[in-house]
Amino acid sequence: MSDRPRVVVTGLGLVTPVGLDVESTWSALLTGESGAAPITQFDASEYPVRFACEVKGFDPESYMERKEARRADRFLQFAMATAAQATAQAGLEQAMESIEPERVGVIVGSGIGGLSTLEDQHAKLLGKGPGRVSPFFIPMFIGDMAAGMISMRYGAQGPNYATVSACASSAHAVGAALRAIRVGEADVMIAGGTEATVTPLCMAGFASMKALSERNESPETASRPFDATRDGFVLGEGSAMLILETLDHALGRGAPIIAELAGFGQSADAYHMTAPSPGGAGAQIAMRGAMRDGGLTADEIDYVNAHGTSTPANDATETAALKAVLGDRAANVRVSSTKSMTGHTLGAAGALEAAICALVCNRGSVPPTINYKTPDPECDLDYTVAGKVDTEVRAALTNSFGFGGHNVCLAVRRWDGE
Amino acid sequence: MSDAAAKVREIIANELGVEIEKVTDAASFVEDLGADSLDTVELVMAFEEEFSVEIPDEDAEKMQTVGDAIRYLAEHQD
Repeated sequence: MSDRPRVVVTGLGLVTPVGLDVESTWSALLTGESGAAPITQFDASEYPVRFACEVKGFDPESYMERKEARRADRFLQFAMATAAQATAQAGLEQAMESIEPERVGVIVGSGIGGLSTLEDQHAKLLGKGPGRVSPFFIPMFIGDMAAGMISMRYGAQGPNYATVSACASSAHAVGAALRAIRVGEADVMIAGGTEATVTPLCMAGFASMKALSERNESPETASRPFDATRDGFVLGEGSAMLILETLDHALGRGAPIIAELAGFGQSADAYHMTAPSPGGAGAQIAMRGAMRDGGLTADEIDYVNAHGTSTPANDATETAALKAVLGDRAANVRVSSTKSMTGHTLGAAGALEAAICALVCNRGSVPPTINYKTPDPECDLDYTVAGKVDTEVRAALTNSFGFGGHNVCLAVRRWDGE
Repeated sequence: MSDAAAKVREIIANELGVEIEKVTDAASFVEDLGADSLDTVELVMAFEEEFSVEIPDEDAEKMQTVGDAIRYLAEHQD
């Protein structure tokens, strides 16, 4: 392990249901603000679930030229915004003048891709025939285009692709970027996730699965991870981007170091399309893998940003998995689900929550799990339910589990200057 | 300028994201207004939609400038 390069986070970009950048999102998360509200992107009045955590007030033209923005699905617009924020913080654009373009790569995950574009174009196909389907339909729809567009913007000619593993998509992207740097394929990686599926088809599909909370009368309290009365997740949207680079590279160019990305573990449940394996057996493999990869013991973990979707099955199973992996330490680890505030941003969630872990380690504050009122005997850890806590966090884990049984855990370590 | 010509200019400015002042008769879609191959396909579709015409591919290929489009649509409108 000694000759393996250490990898640090030098830039973050966030567009979330509670803020349009890192600072506004971070402050909303510490305050315990819910991003949930009635859906505005389409008329949902006839839908069984009529609320979501939408990104509010986002103007793509702050980040893209008008024509480029028109040719980009919302999930691409979000990704261009977070890439711009993250590269700005990392000073990457200036640094690109002296970095070989092929030493900079991009991996961006999306669970679903340009779904609203698909729905619009399919309606055109049915209503007006094949001759009216836009030539931009395919490039706007395919999920890999975020990585492609970011490479074009910054001239990044290193490894470039998308990861798809439902709600673990961008956790895989961050993990894959870590690996790309460690094996020497790149010095710098732009890694993250993006999702924008508050659309009629998506809301109908998740509602049919009974995966969504149906608390239409109270959107802000609907996402209540680990609470006994939880009844499903709240759909979110947004993007998160991280700039990862070798420690030597970051130090060499004087880049700001936010935290160290220490470990990546991944596994499959090999069990069921949507239900987690009993006891979180698959999740345990991923968590143990991330800790082993990062050289971390349970005693060093001070915070876990849980997958914590607010579905009955996930939260109990994840709790069992955390207890199995962390043992006696589990009772003393702060856990929170920021999905209580952001909703479930699907393919963007893993990178978003990895970014939150980097901020937690960097700033010494743990955001709360909001809306927790009724204890569930199956969920008996410290979920940080009484508001944010200011505390030193040496290392943090973040879990992401996707339909299909994909499990990812990322480990983030505080950067102390050595 | 006829209403139809004004509409053509408006569509071009909108589709290609350029200032309406730049959409002169002599302006070439590719050379002057920055259109790529996908843009030109979408532009032709927008004309077809607005003017309820079918523009065959061989005609579309000959449409290189704003003036070409205005003349073509004037001749082929119902």
